[in-house]
Amino acid sequence: MELCYFLTLDSFITDPLTHDFMRKALLMSSLVAAVCGFLSSYLTLKGWALMGDAVSHSVMPGVVVAYALGLPFSLGAFIFGVGSVALIGFIKQKSRVKEDTVIGLVFTGFFALGIVLVSKIKSNIDLHSILFGSPLGISLSDVKQTIFISLLVVILLSIFRKDLMLYCFDPRHAKTVGINVFFLHYLLLTCLSLAAVVGLQSVGIILVVAMLITPGATAYLLTDKFDNMTVISVLSAIISSLIGIYVSFWFDLETGGSIVLAQTFIFLFAFLFAPRYGIFKLKKLFAGYK
Amino acid sequence: METINYQNFRIEAENICVDYNGKVALYDANLRLKPGQICGLVGMNGAGKTTFFNALTGFVNISKGKIRINGESVRSAQKDQTIAYVPQNEGIDSQFPISVWDVVMMGRYGSMNIFRCPRESDVQAVKDAIERVDLNEHLSTPIGNLSGGQRKRTFLARAIAQRASILLLDEPFSGVDIRTEKLISELFIQFKNEGKTILLSTHDMIHVREFCDLVLLINKTVVAYGETSEVFTPENITTTFGGISPDFLFGPES
Repeated sequence: MELCYFLTLDSFITDPLTHDFMRKALLMSSLVAAVCGFLSSYLTLKGWALMGDAVSHSVMPGVVVAYALGLPFSLGAFIFGVGSVALIGFIKQKSRVKEDTVIGLVFTGFFALGIVLVSKIKSNIDLHSILFGSPLGISLSDVKQTIFISLLVVILLSIFRKDLMLYCFDPRHAKTVGINVFFLHYLLLTCLSLAAVVGLQSVGIILVVAMLITPGATAYLLTDKFDNMTVISVLSAIISSLIGIYVSFWFDLETGGSIVLAQTFIFLFAFLFAPRYGIFKLKKLFAGYK
Repeated sequence: METINYQNFRIEAENICVDYNGKVALYDANLRLKPGQICGLVGMNGAGKTTFFNALTGFVNISKGKIRINGESVRSAQKDQTIAYVPQNEGIDSQFPISVWDVVMMGRYGSMNIFRCPRESDVQAVKDAIERVDLNEHLSTPIGNLSGGQRKRTFLARAIAQRASILLLDEPFSGVDIRTEKLISELFIQFKNEGKTILLSTHDMIHVREFCDLVLLINKTVVAYGETSEVFTPENITTTFGGISPDFLFGPES
């Protein structure tokens, strides 16, 4: 029966919009995708993919504790997100263990703590929605929080856009001309924690790192200009979210997984056909026909 | 235009020590440079050349000693855009999506407002700097598409645009073409006449003889320092390079 719907693209797109929860999910996920996509440019260029993975997993116990105490879950997530990075830095400096090992052991430790807490605290926390996201069941208070955090991150990134680019590109020069590198480091980290918090509502803790790195990686293959990279990253993130939600609606699939899969497919497409950096280099193919 | 007092020291480093988590990278190093002086920094890999640069720019903290830049602290030198650092080609991510123009504009960031909006004067400074390194045809070229020499010139232009009075150059001649090498040596003479102070690290002994008034030989600490003609002797070089004879270092062609 469902197949009939695809005969008209119109109803494929408009039918879900008649549902209130779908409109909210589409809007919220697009907003979250835009924020994560914006940040994604910086994280991929800075080489912070693993850091993104670490922070997003480490927020887990924060979310659980905040829920249990009746606090905004973003607050708990933020504290544990930044805390994990501080702990990684501390252990790295005070021991001979290599950095990637430290990152791995700290975030899995935090994540495990979160899972244990969920089983102990037995409240109305839905483990499934934390792990895999629940954009279709987002509550009104979560909507407000998400909008507030998203705007905050977008404003911060916009103001310090160029400084952050310089910090990712050449921190030594930044320091030499008196730009506060320490501040920029923690600013990027703060934005990362906040983006992970809003991102986990869309796709869940396990997959949120994809929102933070895949759009940036896709954009990186498509352009040589930083500003274009940011725009492409944001757009590809938003499009993936929309595709993911529609597809999950019609085929009854897990929403978070669908969004991330859409991002992965867009990346693969860029990987294969990007004009300059794809393996088939479309530019060259077309040039052959001229 | 500020008047340059050729009697005052631009760089004064006194007994500086740098260690990374207890591992000593540099100790008891001294250096004094005046305006218009070009000094070569020579030493093995790991002898502390980059650490010395990092200490002067404030990128790492010194654990002992004192650094004065134009008689003031490193912190205020940063605020005044006094020092420009030109990195090694290997020290930067050449695949970063950024154009020549944007890199050179970064030289102006320190003196712009918080949003880093270029003023008329910034745009002019960037134009002039790019003109001086002869990269006019590559304004919007991504740095990934440049040759090693062109990339080196891009970062030199950034230092020029910054209008710094002290230039620190890490291996300015490594991996560059003849044309760039010639252009850099011409620029050095201009910089010298403008009263800029230059400290450059190099592996190439010939360049030291050619450009440097002074030479600083280091191996974790200062082995020898002074006028190139007096200090740059085979004995000192051998000591600096841990007993390897200069014949071997210079290679058969020199």
